[in-house]
Amino acid sequence: MASRDDIKFLSNPKIGQRAKKYCRFRKFGIKHIDYKDPDFLKQFINEQGKILPRRITGNSLKYQKKVATAVKRARHLALLPYVADLLK
Amino acid sequence: MNQYEVTFIVDPVLSGDEINATAQTYVDHLQSEGCKIVHVDEMGLKQLAYPLKKRTTGVYYCIEFSTDGGSIISKLELAFRRDERIMRFLTVKLDKYGVKYNDDKRKGLIGRKRQDSGKEEKRKQEPAKEVKKKVAAAAPAATPAAASTSEEE
Repeated sequence: MASRDDIKFLSNPKIGQRAKKYCRFRKFGIKHIDYKDPDFLKQFINEQGKILPRRITGNSLKYQKKVATAVKRARHLALLPYVADLLK
Repeated sequence: MNQYEVTFIVDPVLSGDEINATAQTYVDHLQSEGCKIVHVDEMGLKQLAYPLKKRTTGVYYCIEFSTDGGSIISKLELAFRRDERIMRFLTVKLDKYGVKYNDDKRKGLIGRKRQDSGKEEKRKQEPAKEVKKKVAAAAPAATPAAASTSEEE
């Protein structure tokens, strides 16, 4: 009987599979999001300065809410812009 | 005791002494009201993300303090509103994770890359647990010895 290595697919079955999204705060054990760190918060906003949705960042609901609060606080302190163009 | 953190932006047009004096008045104000100052962070001159009062830069300060009553907050904020040298301020109550985060930041555990530091923290925690186990294993062995020595005495 042929071993499994001999079986060849015409098309690669792994194409189209994406790496599963994960919440980086849960994964790395980050409990507090600092609003005074604009470089870190820039990972969660798009180039217009809008907060990215969970479906893109993969954050859990708990931490997405904290990220949103931190971004809003940073905006108030002029660490992040309310509106921007070509932020990144 | 609740821990709070107040961040404010001082007008950069003032001279260096005046800026320091402005921050110092609020530290004194808090201390006179019986607050315990945990830390005063001078974040320095920073570029603003958008103009405030026709200024494009600002001097950031962050005072961390702990107090029993929250009534001081409204007094402090009133003082900020009346002060023309203050461009913006934000007062935040810190939860236990916030307090821990600020402690770690002062000790230098949290670098620029926070995800890496998170990994390191986990790594640090794991060996710590092992050490605890070893200590626990060693402790029963040590205690009879200690008991025997006391008997000898």
